[in-house]
Amino acid sequence: MKVRVDPSKCAAYGACHDACPSVFELDEWGYAQVVGDGTVPAEHETAARAAVAQCPENAIAMDE
Amino acid sequence: MSAVLAPVLAAGGHPAIVPRLVVPEALAGQLTLDEERELGTYGPACSDDLIAELELAGLRGRGGGAFPAHRKWRAVAAAPGPRVVVANGEEGEPASAKDQWLLVHRPHLVLDGVFRAAAAVGAARAVIYLAHPATVEAVEAAIAELPSTPRGLRLDLHVVEPSYVAGEETAACRAIDGGPALPVAKPPRPFEQGVGGRPTLVANVETLAHAAWIGRHGAAAYRVYGNERSPGTTLVTLGGACRRPGVYEVPFGETFGDLFAAVAGGFSAPPAALVMGGWFGGLLATARLGVACCYDAVRDAGSGLGCGAVTVLGGDAEPLAEAAEIAAWFAEQSARQCGVCIRGTAAIRDTLASLAAGTAPPSAVDDLRRWGATLPGRGACGLLDGAAALARTAVRELDTSSEKGVTE
Repeated sequence: MKVRVDPSKCAAYGACHDACPSVFELDEWGYAQVVGDGTVPAEHETAARAAVAQCPENAIAMDE
Repeated sequence: MSAVLAPVLAAGGHPAIVPRLVVPEALAGQLTLDEERELGTYGPACSDDLIAELELAGLRGRGGGAFPAHRKWRAVAAAPGPRVVVANGEEGEPASAKDQWLLVHRPHLVLDGVFRAAAAVGAARAVIYLAHPATVEAVEAAIAELPSTPRGLRLDLHVVEPSYVAGEETAACRAIDGGPALPVAKPPRPFEQGVGGRPTLVANVETLAHAAWIGRHGAAAYRVYGNERSPGTTLVTLGGACRRPGVYEVPFGETFGDLFAAVAGGFSAPPAALVMGGWFGGLLATARLGVACCYDAVRDAGSGLGCGAVTVLGGDAEPLAEAAEIAAWFAEQSARQCGVCIRGTAAIRDTLASLAAGTAPPSAVDDLRRWGATLPGRGACGLLDGAAALARTAVRELDTSSEKGVTE
């Protein structure tokens, strides 16, 4: 499973980082980026799905 | 920024080559259909597989990405039809004028490339995507001269207001579909879903002109100039503190020092720094004038050749102040779609301005270095990458350590 953040939608809510900090990190302005190439470790898939669902801007895409 | 925005006055070819694009016949103005035909334009192909010929030629895209042309063309050709070709002549880089020169002087060579590309990828529609009024006039005149266009190919023009982001390939597809000329996040890339959701080859007009030449003369002839990984010739826009700023066709692999001496009449003031890639490769110190003008050597020097525009800072131009002005341009050109681009370009602008003014905080150089390393790839298009390159190269190539630059 892989995730990516659409930078034109991200509005720096930080909800993804709260839900799944191992996959989403925030820059100094609060905008999200994926760690590495966005591959989600198996043990964090539930948290990553929660991050996708909770993004207020629907800015995270997920490829199974 | 008068040194950077010097008007383009001249054009020509490097003395070491027989030019293919900037031919002597075209220097006076637009070549007519008859004049182009005498040069062989629209002439028979040397091979029935243009994409294979492009692969042998090693042609790399001239819009700034230097991506191998055959891979992009083949990806579109392999996707289910109907397909579209977009000839990108928007040329939004402020220091670049080579696409405009080509479209104004040799629109038929570009159209020849468009038609060959459409045939090679099996496109049913081709769009010439333009911004500058003189290019629109020239292309319209050239199309009006054509007795016919290839059977089964719909050909039209799409004109937008010039800006950097409008030239990005997803912005081009969006604009042609009636939307704003603004980039969207990738994937999907246009070769998968472009104009009308169809697989779309977005190719720079210079790339198409070289493809037309290769189509007629073949890969071996193309490779006579240049080097292994940057074969052939390329258009460059040389500007700033040189005697003959202009658009020149040069072989890949000559040093920048040689290019300025051989075609641009030498420097008009002691050079202070080079602005690379019209402005997407950041800055290089003048100690780098010995770097070869080819993709790999410029990348190895920590910059980028991009669209081939190189501007010399010199004379009254204080490099750090010029860098701050370029950073202000990036911030102004942001499409304001991506938050990280809005904040990142503004931070780079403000920090370079404070360094130039001597009011920078102690963290300024470290901040620029960090942004230079972490911001590339974060935006939907390449604008933020250009600002990051400027930040990264300004601290590496320029003297930012003076007492004037940093306030303790």
